[in-house]
Amino acid sequence: MEIFLQQIVNGLVVGSVYALVALGYTMVYGILGLINFAHGDLVMVGALTALQTMMFLMGVAPGMSPIAMLSLSLLVAIPVCMLLAFTMERLAYRPLRNAPRLAPLITAIGVSFLLQTLAMIIWGRNYHTFPQLISTTPIQPIEGVFITPIQITIIVVSALMMAGLVLLVTKTKLGRAMRATAENHRVAALMGVDTNMIIALTFVIGAALAAVAGVMFASNYGIAHYGMGFMPGLKAFTAAVLGGIGNLGGAMLGGIVLGLVESFGAGYIEHLTFGFLNSSYQDIFAFMILGLVLIFKPTGLLGERVSDRA
Amino acid sequence: MKQTVVALAIMAIGLSAAQAQEMVVKLGSVAPLTGTISHLGKDNENGARLAIEDANAKGVTIAGKKVKFELMGEDDQADPRTGTTVAQRLVDAGVKGVVGHLNSGTTIPASRIYNQAGVPMISPSATNPTLTRQGYKAVFRTIANDVQQGSVLGKFIVGSLAAKTVAIIDDRTAYGQGLADETEKAVKAGGGKIVAREFTTDKATDFNAILTKIRGAKPDVIFFGGMDAQGGPMLRQLKQLGVEAKFVTGDGGCSPEMIKLAGDAIGANAYCSMAGLPLEKMPGGTEFRNRYKARFNADVQIYSPYAYDAAMAMIKAMQAANSVEPAKYLPELKKSNFPGVTGTVAFDDLGDIKDGAITLYQFKSGTWAPM
Amino acid sequence: MNELALAIPWLGKRNPLAARWLVIAIAIAAPLVAMAFGRTWVRVLDFALLYILLALGLNLVVGFAGLLDLGYIAFYAVGAYTAAFLASPHFDVHLPIWIVLPLAACFAATAGITLGFPVLRLRGDYLAIVTLGFGEIVRIFMNNLNYPINITNGPQGINALDPVVLFGWDLSRNIQVTEELSINSLFLYYYFFLLCVVGSIIFIQRLQISRVGRAWAAMRDDELAAKAIGINTRNMKLLAFALGATFGGVSGVLFGTFQGFVSPESFSLMESIAVLTMVVFGGMGNIAGAIVGAIILSALPEILRHLAVPVQQALFGHVLLDPEVLRMLLLSLAMILMMLLRPSGLIPASAKYSHIRYLKAKGVTE
Repeated sequence: MEIFLQQIVNGLVVGSVYALVALGYTMVYGILGLINFAHGDLVMVGALTALQTMMFLMGVAPGMSPIAMLSLSLLVAIPVCMLLAFTMERLAYRPLRNAPRLAPLITAIGVSFLLQTLAMIIWGRNYHTFPQLISTTPIQPIEGVFITPIQITIIVVSALMMAGLVLLVTKTKLGRAMRATAENHRVAALMGVDTNMIIALTFVIGAALAAVAGVMFASNYGIAHYGMGFMPGLKAFTAAVLGGIGNLGGAMLGGIVLGLVESFGAGYIEHLTFGFLNSSYQDIFAFMILGLVLIFKPTGLLGERVSDRA
Repeated sequence: MKQTVVALAIMAIGLSAAQAQEMVVKLGSVAPLTGTISHLGKDNENGARLAIEDANAKGVTIAGKKVKFELMGEDDQADPRTGTTVAQRLVDAGVKGVVGHLNSGTTIPASRIYNQAGVPMISPSATNPTLTRQGYKAVFRTIANDVQQGSVLGKFIVGSLAAKTVAIIDDRTAYGQGLADETEKAVKAGGGKIVAREFTTDKATDFNAILTKIRGAKPDVIFFGGMDAQGGPMLRQLKQLGVEAKFVTGDGGCSPEMIKLAGDAIGANAYCSMAGLPLEKMPGGTEFRNRYKARFNADVQIYSPYAYDAAMAMIKAMQAANSVEPAKYLPELKKSNFPGVTGTVAFDDLGDIKDGAITLYQFKSGTWAPM
Repeated sequence: MNELALAIPWLGKRNPLAARWLVIAIAIAAPLVAMAFGRTWVRVLDFALLYILLALGLNLVVGFAGLLDLGYIAFYAVGAYTAAFLASPHFDVHLPIWIVLPLAACFAATAGITLGFPVLRLRGDYLAIVTLGFGEIVRIFMNNLNYPINITNGPQGINALDPVVLFGWDLSRNIQVTEELSINSLFLYYYFFLLCVVGSIIFIQRLQISRVGRAWAAMRDDELAAKAIGINTRNMKLLAFALGATFGGVSGVLFGTFQGFVSPESFSLMESIAVLTMVVFGGMGNIAGAIVGAIILSALPEILRHLAVPVQQALFGHVLLDPEVLRMLLLSLAMILMMLLRPSGLIPASAKYSHIRYLKAKGVTE
């Protein structure tokens, strides 16, 4: 039983990160119909920028409290990612907004690899140890089920940020403009919405979430690396599709479900297939789900409710 | 075929020019200098470079001519296809011997090209048994292979650690899987029980799901066949999941990098094995470490002493044969028998190192301490 | 070879016949010239030919039919592993290349249809990511199918594949003409691969101007309209997948037998992306583009190794960016800049077939 519960915890932690990253994919897809492949790499940039900041802070103010240091590094990482996303949108995607469909997609793949290569040049190819400023000493809320403070932080922060985003999209004027743009660019523009700015803002907000996800991801595992964003990015995209792309609630649900599926999949696949398959197939679950959902229920779990699309 | 004639002519001119002063002999070194294990690749290259610089400093005379050795360092990106291209380039460049490659996955396809060209190849780090079992005459290694290492690890796990139940994880690479399989065999042979066999990849960072499953199986020992980049984070997650089993890994995790990446999660219950003797116990180990540090301003990672010995074996064979031509010095290379940095360097019929020693290490006060 | 002639910008337009002969002459003389710089370059040319085959196949899918396939390398893997199963000591089966090649083509085509069938309804970007997943799934299976029954030998790969033997000629052995003169095996492979490439080019050219080719063009430019004029888009898409996959499979066989070793590492996502970049860089939807793209980008790492290192050393005194990083940088920049500045590629498809130009001219946007 405690193994079962532990797998739920594992799945929730991974799923929360997926969910946070999936929001970025889903917002951009909802508004532009573009899979921003480079979104996952913003997670990596966020983590490595924060690492750089922490290194700097440890040098100049060794006595600084961990919380202050973490906040300061986030305060650097978030704007950096936002700026990067803004630049990306402005230089690489906006000129292609009216091009044939394949063009922006190929560009997005290019941008993703460009970011990885640049990160490789700046931070080197080795794995870096990432300071775990929030404690990783596990506590046991239930006998035999271990969870660390950082993992709790991940779940809570993810939930808060998602709630904040939903409020932003549903309750504010900006959110209304975003929904209008998603619905129809031209009409939104006629109604006085600066659609270019709204689209740029969508990228920027997604980037902020990605930066937070990156810092939490790196804090949890204690490592950061130039290639760390790509796979989680693909999986987060899967989560967005699973939940119903363009739908904020769907992205969250999809993220959590995917996290749980991976965790249970790796844990129980051997029993379920009578020893024929084993945990070496862990990475195929996301792709299987992606294929199956797109083929059988392209609208995803929560469907594509046009009204609250962002 | 005019080009061949031209090339021959150029070679002839080149040779006569060299005769006048000194003979330049090129040796190749191949390892991944890019990618996630580039720190190990650079280490290999440095090892070979040090050997060559030593030989040059000492002054080697072959067939009456002073020889100047040169190292051609190449990058195979740990990719088999790039590996063969790079191998061909070294052969083209007329290297007289190659120290490399690092990974078994790249060494095996590349060995075919060296063998065809008759260029001796000594890998300082490829441990997959297949390498020396292809019937190639010019293929050697200075490190004990997976069969040797796996059997020592298995005996250690059921013997010294007295483990009854063992969980085994591998990273699905040629290296990790090979070592894990050999260790599994040896554990079973020693009467140990495999309670879980799990898998990850060489790019993964999250192991919680499989570690949770392993925790459920309550093993005495967890063995990981893989590299430090995964081993470090794995130790952290074991700690977070409250698993107290002993952790054993092979030479891929027996590095300073592993300790760095594991942070405070590594303790006295972590063990690793390394082919050969520990640097301190190697006949020339301490001296090697100091000279390495002085020359490259970096610490020895893992395999550089083996790369050093591999290059030395070639140089010594050339001296013994009084020729730098592969066909001439190959028989001498087979007969190698000299005290190297890592111990006595001598090869068996297959080309594996004879009596390849394997040392076990335990984590103690911030470093891997030989047991 | 008409389109190829256009690859030579100045001569191609003025004197197509001369340009055609020039292309043929270059193709035949290339390895001899390369030999002067070392056998490495002949090997690079051999690999370039394999990449040309791959790029031609992917171009059928992406360029002609407009379906973005990010898992194309999976078919290459199917071909390579077919060769490994049927012509190596692994199962101790040693079939000749004449049997392996068509079988691999069939398997790859079947794999193509298997992938194509479920994804028919998917739109461009969804299709891309599902095919990406397919490619990864195939690689993961290849890497893990050594248990419970050993089929692929897992991450260890399969070693000692039989070399190509044509009419009793073993292509992997140098041919001793006289005492001193021998023809290197790399040359033999080069001309064998060249034959395959030429055959493919002729086939694809015929295909392009056939009903099928025109149907693809129509479908790519406007699927709805294509349906309306009676094109069976479902079958056309499946055909594109199957034919594209066949090319992948054939080049996989050639790759496996040439290298003599296959392992899952060779079929990573990065390879799919690299082949896609070749097609994009050269120009989607035209044969010459795919060929030029494949040649340039497959030789790029070697060229960089020879140029970038000495140049950087001369300029800065040490190597700032190693060749592999530089290659990644150039590949990614090529993808972005090509799409932004020259979406029709280095050698744009002739206007007749180009959807991009057509759309631009009409001011139609999707």
